[in-house]
Formats: sequence, structure tokens, C-alpha cells
Amino acid sequence: MPHISVRKLAVSYGSHQALKEMSVDIPDGQITAVIGPSGCGKSTFLKSLNRLVDLYDEISVSGEVFIDEVNIYDPRADVLALRKKVGFLSQRPFALPMSIYDNIAYGPRIHRMKGRQLVEQIQQLHRSILLQNGEDPGQKLATPEEGEKGAMDFVVEYYLKLSGLWEEVKDRLHEPASRLSIGQQQRLALARALAIEPRVILADEPTSALDPLSAQLVERQFQLLKKDYTIVVVTHILRQARRIADYVIFLYLGELVEHGPAKRVFSSPRDPRTRAYITGEIS
Amino acid sequence: MRKRRMEEAVAKSLMLGSLGLVLGSLLAIVGVVAWKGVSALSLSMLIETPSGGYYLGKGGGVANAIVGSLYLSLGASLLSILLSLPVAFALQREYASPRLANFTRLMLDVLWGIPSVVYGAVGFIIMAYLGITASLLGGIIALTLLMLPIMSRSMEEVIRIVPLELKETSYALGATRIETALRVVFRQALPGIVTAILLAFGRGIGDAASILFTAGYTDRIPRSLLDPVASLPLAVFFQMGTPIPEVQRRAYASALILLLMVLAVILVSRLLGSRFSRNLVR
Repeated sequence: MPHISVRKLAVSYGSHQALKEMSVDIPDGQITAVIGPSGCGKSTFLKSLNRLVDLYDEISVSGEVFIDEVNIYDPRADVLALRKKVGFLSQRPFALPMSIYDNIAYGPRIHRMKGRQLVEQIQQLHRSILLQNGEDPGQKLATPEEGEKGAMDFVVEYYLKLSGLWEEVKDRLHEPASRLSIGQQQRLALARALAIEPRVILADEPTSALDPLSAQLVERQFQLLKKDYTIVVVTHILRQARRIADYVIFLYLGELVEHGPAKRVFSSPRDPRTRAYITGEIS
Repeated sequence: MRKRRMEEAVAKSLMLGSLGLVLGSLLAIVGVVAWKGVSALSLSMLIETPSGGYYLGKGGGVANAIVGSLYLSLGASLLSILLSLPVAFALQREYASPRLANFTRLMLDVLWGIPSVVYGAVGFIIMAYLGITASLLGGIIALTLLMLPIMSRSMEEVIRIVPLELKETSYALGATRIETALRVVFRQALPGIVTAILLAFGRGIGDAASILFTAGYTDRIPRSLLDPVASLPLAVFFQMGTPIPEVQRRAYASALILLLMVLAVILVSRLLGSRFSRNLVR
């Protein structure tokens, strides 16, 4: 059973149907790219996977989305637990109005995560990432200092390293996060999302506000993380999708047109609309 | 082409003209108060209470009114903050339906325009109900009524303009509404909230009519919430009404003191505000 399984999901804003009934399985441990022209429902689709659509007025959602076999639209579903399981990166990164350090610590603090438990999870994740990259899993992480503060320091450092930001900010962790450049803020957002130890990462055009170098850094982090997380990236940049996607979902005017392994979809699209989009006839 | 350039010139001169008129009249008010009051301003004005014959031009000062005004306006500000902050958050779409929020906004806007003597009258009714007479507490209640609409409405406005995406960021991390409100929205809106408090404070400390019969007037400094209390606006009012030139000058001096107090409070809050706002998202 895949991590995320969408069944007959449909979303409308008032009388406008943003997403027509669709069903799709999103594979585990891969990067899935959601592609399609602007205004075709990509963001709506993404935000319906962590129920961020709940925040909009006059929204109605039907159908089911299973994450780890739990239907998140079940009235009894725990939205806070769901969002803890699903990290989210928005199009333009927003730094919370606090220091760099507190931005990362925000999630663990509100979820009252215990220092010990955090450290153990990190050690597990660390081993797994080293293994995949063919490195010696015995490579030791520094041991955190005693107490809750020591554990939080350790957590902040680890996730900033994982998102490739540590070297740039290690000397100014207590400065306001809003002073970071936009590219740094997006990597901060990634570190912040990873710190709540999600299983899924949703990213809504995460590089669209970034310069090419920062964008490349973010893409590289996704490649590094994909074995341990299920990653869904919305993008309107076809070349980006070709670079990073293992699986592709093509939406057009609120409709799921085609989905499949990236290689297959890009080399031999089945639907004429997909072909038109991929060849650049429509954009 | 020439017409458009003319249009530009006319618009610019209109704007600058209005700006000049407004600035000019404000400076004129401050200038008159300072010019007429500065001669009567002395240390004893600031630190002494009125002694016998003060209102006939003899010795003493308005320390009773300075302290009284501070007590009244700080007390009322505190009460208003405690009530306005929850109201301002309650009016956001996370909590109130748009209909209820719009209705409340309309009511607050209407209340903003009510003459302050009416707040005094309502305060007086509340006091009669509580069984208290003209006192510091009565004045604080009346001033709070006066300040509430201003404070809650302006707080609500600055909280509402916090970007939705910032709140989304917090919700996406699994935060609840109250966590998001207190840890993210409050911080982001803090400079605006401080401005809202100052706006209401300025209106409160300068108001005479609402405390005329709720706070009373006394030459002494109040020792308890139930003692009557003097205030600078009423000190100005009473002294201005006498035919004795020395006392009239003291009225201007009292007004000058009030002005400087407001200025001092605003400067200090601005300073604090800029320290708090370094974390803001722009």
C-alpha cells in the first residue's frame, strides 16, 4: 500500500470546480512531480493532501485521501497529527517572525516532542541516509549535550545541515530569520518542515522565487531525501520535472489527464493533451 | 501632452498645499500652547499640589492632575488592552463568521464617533449600579469605554493584514489556531498593536468630558481606587475659565505638560516597538 492514495477526490471553491474527481496512488520513496499549466489545480491538489485547503472560504471537498491507510477527510481524523506527518513548502518561503533557531524549534516545541525521542529519530535517519549514499553508516554524529536544551541545539544543527544551510548560518542562529535571503529562507523552510519528522514532503513550486543556484541546492536536497520521505513537488517548470521526478501527474484544467513513471510519460505520453504540453504546444 | 503635465502639476500642488495647511495648523496649536504656557511653567507647577489660593494666582502646582491623568489613562489602557486583544483576535476569520465580524466592525466604527460625554454618562450609570461615587475607578471605567472601540478596531485591522501565507506556514507545521495567533500573528502584528494602544491612549489621556462627572476633581493625589482624582484636561478647563491672567497662563502650562507627556509616551513606545520589530517578516 502506497503512502498516499487518492480516491475520487474533488474540490470546489463556491461554484467553481477546481479539481474534478480524480484517483491516483503516489509512490513511496520517490519524487512525484505534479505538472500542468497555471490554474489547472496543482496547488489545490497539493493543499488538499494536508488539508490546508480547509483554511479557504467556501471550499468543499469530496472523496478520500489515505495517508498511511488513514482517510484524512474522515470527520474523526486528527488534522494536527496529519500535518505533523506531512511537511509543506510554499511557493514563497515565509520565515516565522522569530530567530533562525526558533524557526526550526517551532514545530518540535508545539508538538511537545521530547528531546530524547528527537535525537533517536535523527540517529536513525542519519544512518539510513549514509547507507543510501554508499557511505559508512558507522560514521558518528556528534552526541548532543545533556538536557532538553542540548537536544534542541542538536536538532536545530542537524536539520540545518540536512537542508544545506548550516554553514551559512551557524554563527548567527539567534538573528531574525527574515534577514536571510529568499533562497536561504526556502532551505530554512525545508529544515523547519523536516524538524517535525514528517513522512511526506509537499512542495508547491518551491524554487519559483529562487535564483538558479538556490534552486539547484533545493533540488539536490530533494534528491538526497527522497528515499526516506515521500516527496510531492508541484512545478510548472517542465525541465525541473524532467530533472527530479520519478513519477509524474499531469493535470489540465482541473482534470487528472495522465499519470505514470516519469520516463514513460515524458517519452511516450498517451493523451494528446499531455503530448501537447510536453512538446510545448501549450504551456 | 501639455494637459497631462498640467494635471500632474495641479495634483502635486493640491497635495502639498493640504499637507502644508494641516502641518501649519498643528504647529500653530503647539506653538500657541508653548508660547502662552512656558512662562508659567515651573518646577513647583510639576511637583506641588494646589495650595490655598492657587486658583487665585497664588502658589502650588498641578501635580495632582499629572499623577491623576497618568493613573486614569494607564489604568484604562491596561483594561482596554486586556479586552481589546481577545476581541481583535475573535474578529478574525478563524474564529468569527464574516457576518458577525462585519457587524461588530460596523458597531465599533459607530461607537468611535460617539461624543465622549456620552461615555461619561454611561460610565456614571455603571457606577451608580456598582454603588460607587466619582472616583479613580469610575474614571477608569468611563475612559475604558471611550478607548475600547478605538483600540479593538485598530488592533483588529493590523491583525487582519498579517499575510495568510504566514499563518499557513504555521498551520502546515501542525500548529493550532491559538498557537498560531499567539506565537506568530501576535508577534508579526506587534508594532501595529503598539500603535493601536497609543492611538487609544492619546485619545484617553486628553479627554475631559468622559471623566467630568465620573472621576471628579480633587486637589489631593488619590490614595485608593475609590478616591476622586484630578486630571490635566479638567485642570486646563477649570483654569482657563477664570478671569485671572496668571491662572490662564497656568492653563496653557498644564496643556503643555499634557502634550509633553503624550510625546514622551509615544517616543518610548516607538523605541520599544522598533526593538520588537526586528524579527518581522517583510
